[in-house]
Amino acid sequence: MSGETSLAWQALRERAGERAALLGAEGVPTKRVEAWHYTSLQPLNQVKWQAAPALDEAQVGARLSELNLPKGQGLVVFANGRFCAGLSSLPETVKQGSGEDEANEPALLADRFAAQLNAALRQPGLNLHVPEGCDAGLLVLVSLTEGDEVSTHLHHRITLEKGARLSLLDVQLGRGRYFTNPQLDVECAEGAHLTHVTRQDESAEAIRLGISGARIEGRGNYDSFTLNQGGALARQEVVSRLEGAFANVNVNAIQLIDGARLNDLTSMIHHASPDCTSRQTVRTVLSEAGQGVFQGKILVDQVAQKTDGYQMNQALLLSEKGQMNSKPELEIYADDVKCSHGATVGALDEDQLFYMRSRGVPEAQARDALVQAFLFETVELIEDETLREHLLKALPGYV
Amino acid sequence: MPAVSETREAVEKLARSKYEWGFETDVEMDLAPKGLNEDIVRLISARKNEPQWMLEWRLKAFRQWQEMDEPQWAKIKHPPIDFQDAHYFAQPKKKPGPKSLDEVDPELLKTYEKLGIPLHEQEMLAGVEGAGERTPVAVDAVFDSVSVATTFRKTLAEAGVIFCPISEAIIEHPELVKQYLGSVVPVGDNFFSALNSAVFTDGSFVYVPKGVRCPMELSTYFRINARNTGQFERTLIIAEDQATVSYLEGCTAPQRDENQLHAAVVELVAMEDASIKYSTVQNWYPGDENGKGGIYNFVTKRGICKGDRARISWTQVETGSAITWKYPSCILAGKGSVGEFYSVAVTNGHQQADTGTKMIHLAPDTRSTIIAKTISAGESDSTYRGLVRMQPKARNGRNFTQCDSLLIGDQCGAHTVPYIESRNMSARVEHEATTSKISEDQLFYCRSRGFSEEEAVGLIVNGFCREVLKELPMEFAVEAQKLLQISLEGSVG
Repeated sequence: MSGETSLAWQALRERAGERAALLGAEGVPTKRVEAWHYTSLQPLNQVKWQAAPALDEAQVGARLSELNLPKGQGLVVFANGRFCAGLSSLPETVKQGSGEDEANEPALLADRFAAQLNAALRQPGLNLHVPEGCDAGLLVLVSLTEGDEVSTHLHHRITLEKGARLSLLDVQLGRGRYFTNPQLDVECAEGAHLTHVTRQDESAEAIRLGISGARIEGRGNYDSFTLNQGGALARQEVVSRLEGAFANVNVNAIQLIDGARLNDLTSMIHHASPDCTSRQTVRTVLSEAGQGVFQGKILVDQVAQKTDGYQMNQALLLSEKGQMNSKPELEIYADDVKCSHGATVGALDEDQLFYMRSRGVPEAQARDALVQAFLFETVELIEDETLREHLLKALPGYV
Repeated sequence: MPAVSETREAVEKLARSKYEWGFETDVEMDLAPKGLNEDIVRLISARKNEPQWMLEWRLKAFRQWQEMDEPQWAKIKHPPIDFQDAHYFAQPKKKPGPKSLDEVDPELLKTYEKLGIPLHEQEMLAGVEGAGERTPVAVDAVFDSVSVATTFRKTLAEAGVIFCPISEAIIEHPELVKQYLGSVVPVGDNFFSALNSAVFTDGSFVYVPKGVRCPMELSTYFRINARNTGQFERTLIIAEDQATVSYLEGCTAPQRDENQLHAAVVELVAMEDASIKYSTVQNWYPGDENGKGGIYNFVTKRGICKGDRARISWTQVETGSAITWKYPSCILAGKGSVGEFYSVAVTNGHQQADTGTKMIHLAPDTRSTIIAKTISAGESDSTYRGLVRMQPKARNGRNFTQCDSLLIGDQCGAHTVPYIESRNMSARVEHEATTSKISEDQLFYCRSRGFSEEEAVGLIVNGFCREVLKELPMEFAVEAQKLLQISLEGSVG
């Protein structure tokens, strides 16, 4: 690996104190590192990131009311990396775990930069335990960051026991030029089902390196959907490992990129068990000078016979200055598998435009409608109606 | 499933079977001492009677190479290569032109025979005086690092086509070589191209003048023959405006137990409305059943469509080598130019292949097509690695990519690593990839119609590769099908 040990890097190391050992010696990865080939971390090197100060809970509450959050069985709020007890409520059925349990931390994310950074600087976040057979309903998690030159590194953990169910709406937003680096560890025991919808609405000046790692046991299901539409430089890494037969994972996403922003969805789907399925649809819309990145890997172990993996990645370029870089990757060591991926990059289909215009729809409206249709098809993949409606409303130009 | 277990057995059997084309000819060699330093570069240049500018070009490349590191990104594994433990120059000792085949070194003739070269072509290859002009294929045989003879030069010369060893071109056509050598693959492009630029001994040079359709397919047989000699071929093909040329490259190699490095560089230049078709059938020694020995094939191949509406087409059937590291690429710089890549890569035993292409779209209305078929068997690993890049000026650029992998047995791996970079909204890039095994339905269908299992698998694999095989010139299509059969003998076909 090659990296840069900038002053900003040194400052982060100092803040980590004893835990600085968890950071690699190389510093911030440069574009020479394959995983960061398309996403430059240079902006991270330009600021000495300080710990974010506490925010006034009343003001945070006011911000929440603007979000049109759906009513769920529970709400958990973090502001600048701190738990807001006054704004949060958890249903009785679930337990908030206590402290960190690092001994049991899966090594799923160990060699990933975002996770190393989180491990060194982590702040305790949600630590949720859904007991066997319990359907915990919908839980809303809000992480708000405000300020300039500050950073937060929340670490969340969700454990679903046998047959447990949970829907999680994970809303992330903020104001200012901050850096946020949240991590979520997910454990889905046998037959458990987690629906995880992330609405990434960070400030347009923010840097974000979000990462999640999920271990899914037999017949378990981790259904994730990410809306990436904020941040000057924002990567969401979704890592999952299918560890028991007939488990399933969905890693769907939408990226909406305008201005000169860069959004990146990087995913790893590891089939470590036979008879599992994975589905991935990622759609990116680029306008102005937006830069989009998609890196998706499907890894199939030798034991993972009868794997069924499908990955589709499509990008719509709406401006001359937009740029899309995709790297869909298959690494397969089992012979009795069905794996495929597809990728397309292009402009709006002229035939479709023509069809609509010939029926009297003005050009601008026709274009909007086609872009909306492109996105809605993906949002439709969210099965939970409440979450689907919420996400549709979070999209710009939704009528 | 009986089909799978039988297939496995067949593959295992194959891994133990002998390399059919493994033989070595004992011909007297003029060898340079082992090792690589400036003196060796000077020696190679001196042996080839090269002009001063060529020596300086080589030395510059050598100095650049010394500063470079071996690339590590490919998905291949091998023990470190000791670049000082190889001969960088080997030349068969030449006798004055024989009068008939009876006077030719019988060892050499045996080699030709095993290669399946027709008798009259053998005569010409061996430099027999007055050999006839009967076949439509011109052969420039690279017997180790030096072209022993070039046939059909007269016929070609009448059409104005220059087809000769590059060492000759350096002396006889220095203006062309100076202008184009290293213009597509710069000296410092990568570690192996720099090494090749410093120490290349020979290769082919083709120049097709304006408006000329080359009257015959051009072909070169590559042989790696002497023990411990790295082979550093250098090929340069130039097609002027409206010129058309088809070049065939085929390889077999003697069996040996030490790994051999092969780092060729091929450069293609296509001017306005020109068309170059470059076809390869590669069957170098893949190593024994334990993965010992075999050729390391680290090749840089690149073509540039310089003029408008130029076309470059790469077709390859890769069945040999212990390690293949090869990305024949197209730079589409002329408006409306076309790049094509058709590939079948078969790995078996302990072979490793990391191969693919790059399509760099620089100009408007450029089009590219990539069809890559990968078949992995035994304990082999095969990777498709490709790049499609649409630059901001590539208005209305089009790319279609299809990568299909077939796995035979559960000890092998098949990987797909495409890079797609688009910076133009009107450009359209489409990529699709699939990985699967031979479908039981297809097998059952063939079996129910009376085909044996082997025949059935053979049919299916040939169908799997059909899109690529049909791109090969007639001369190669038959050989390629044979090679596929040999490579997967017993299990497929």
